[in-house]
Amino acid sequence: MNSLKMFVRIALVVAASFARAGDPPAAAPASEVLARGKYLVTIAACNDCHTPWKMTAEGPKPDMDRMLSGHPEGMVLPPAPKMPEGPWQNAFAATNTAWAGPWGVSFTANLTPDRETGLGKWTVRNFTETIRTGRHLGRGREILPPMPIPQYKNFTDEDLAAIFTYLQSIPAVKNRVPDPRAPGALASNGM
Amino acid sequence: MLRAGLPTPLFLLLASMGVQGIVRAADAGSLPEHLADTGLYVSGSVTQLQPDVVQFSPQYPLWSDGASKHRWIKLPPGTSVDAAKPDAWDFPRGTKLWKEFSHGGRVETRYIERGMDGIWRYASYVWNATGTDAVLAPADGIRDLPVPGKRYSIPAQDDCRACHEGAPAPVLGFSALQLSPDLRGLTAGGLLRNLPTELLVQPPRIAAKDATERAALGYLHGNCGHCHNDDGPLAVLEMSMAQRVGAKTSTDAVVRSLAGVRSEFRMTGGTARVAPGHPEASVVALRMRSRDAREQMPPMGTYEIDVEALSLIGRWIEGLSVQQSE
Repeated sequence: MNSLKMFVRIALVVAASFARAGDPPAAAPASEVLARGKYLVTIAACNDCHTPWKMTAEGPKPDMDRMLSGHPEGMVLPPAPKMPEGPWQNAFAATNTAWAGPWGVSFTANLTPDRETGLGKWTVRNFTETIRTGRHLGRGREILPPMPIPQYKNFTDEDLAAIFTYLQSIPAVKNRVPDPRAPGALASNGM
Repeated sequence: MLRAGLPTPLFLLLASMGVQGIVRAADAGSLPEHLADTGLYVSGSVTQLQPDVVQFSPQYPLWSDGASKHRWIKLPPGTSVDAAKPDAWDFPRGTKLWKEFSHGGRVETRYIERGMDGIWRYASYVWNATGTDAVLAPADGIRDLPVPGKRYSIPAQDDCRACHEGAPAPVLGFSALQLSPDLRGLTAGGLLRNLPTELLVQPPRIAAKDATERAALGYLHGNCGHCHNDDGPLAVLEMSMAQRVGAKTSTDAVVRSLAGVRSEFRMTGGTARVAPGHPEASVVALRMRSRDAREQMPPMGTYEIDVEALSLIGRWIEGLSVQQSE
């Protein structure tokens, strides 16, 4: 989304809020909310798993050109390694976006506002209920590890709204993330 | 509900985004510890119903792994359900509903009440082995309750809200379409008021080309439509399985949102939500057939496939023509 569209979007949201509440405008609410959302996304380490990592001269780093776009759909993974008996149970891809464990293989979601493959059609209610319940869209399948739902479900409503507002402001990336696979599934690129 | 003391800008922004519509987990701690204290039974009994409790049966019931179920409603004295909006009946404060699940013996009784504060509360009461008492389940539910021959879980209160708060009214089985055969009796008995006269003259019926289609659409309405509708939180999916009373185009809308529409959820062998003529390639049927938690539909509340319904949906899909979906 370009900056003009984002400005208009935020302005409409703020205008709507004033129209409903009948209050005079307060100082720069949109920027405060955006800043709060960005701060929360940063300290909650969303980029650690939802942004694909790439190898650099300084070692692996999140590829911010694909910020928060989830597991790359074009990345075909071989079957997850079979772990030996013992305490080692999990494996994750070098991108940090695909995780294998007793639950099967999970892929991190596209959190960008792309309408077809990301959160572009979602409402703040969809986002809040997803985090609060640990179910996709608040009603579907359970969200799998390593998503820290037990911690994130304790975000306040206003924290989640700020996070959602920020996520809706970042560049949209078209990237259809694979659906999770059952334990032992051979292919791990979605089908 | 939004907390008091929230900074004004954030409050306004949240309000504009619909957050005020999210009722945080209502305090279910105020609910009685024992089912016997909810008002279902006469004092001292766990079998004899209070005289003002009314039993009802929806015509398109939710699949619950073959459990036998009984349902009751009780309204405060002198009140009635405002049925002016056929798809969103308004229940008076103080309304109570119960649904009893049995597999041989009674397992649980789910309970919904609309408090005097207007907030809906959801709970489940779990029966003891001798059937002499049912106790309030934890808010997080109980996974894998020991029931002979069955896998059985008590839903979390969040699970209750997931289904009941995705529809226009949080009471799913007590509605104009679900109780179509009983509308006259309910009105005469004083439980309903303001029901549009035309629904008394001609009780609502799903528009369909034949009995199979009507039964299939009714099943989808009763089992899927409370989440998959066009005015709840899952409207973003643009997939509706809910019938709307009085909307003659309801069936067309359901078929249009399913038939030939690419499924966002990908499964081996299926690409369309419903592939006319091909249930084996229809994701709706494939997900009904699955009980893998990653892909099954419904996503909660069932561990067993509804074989009869799967056959019904299959026959309906086989009979769908490509033209009908256009």
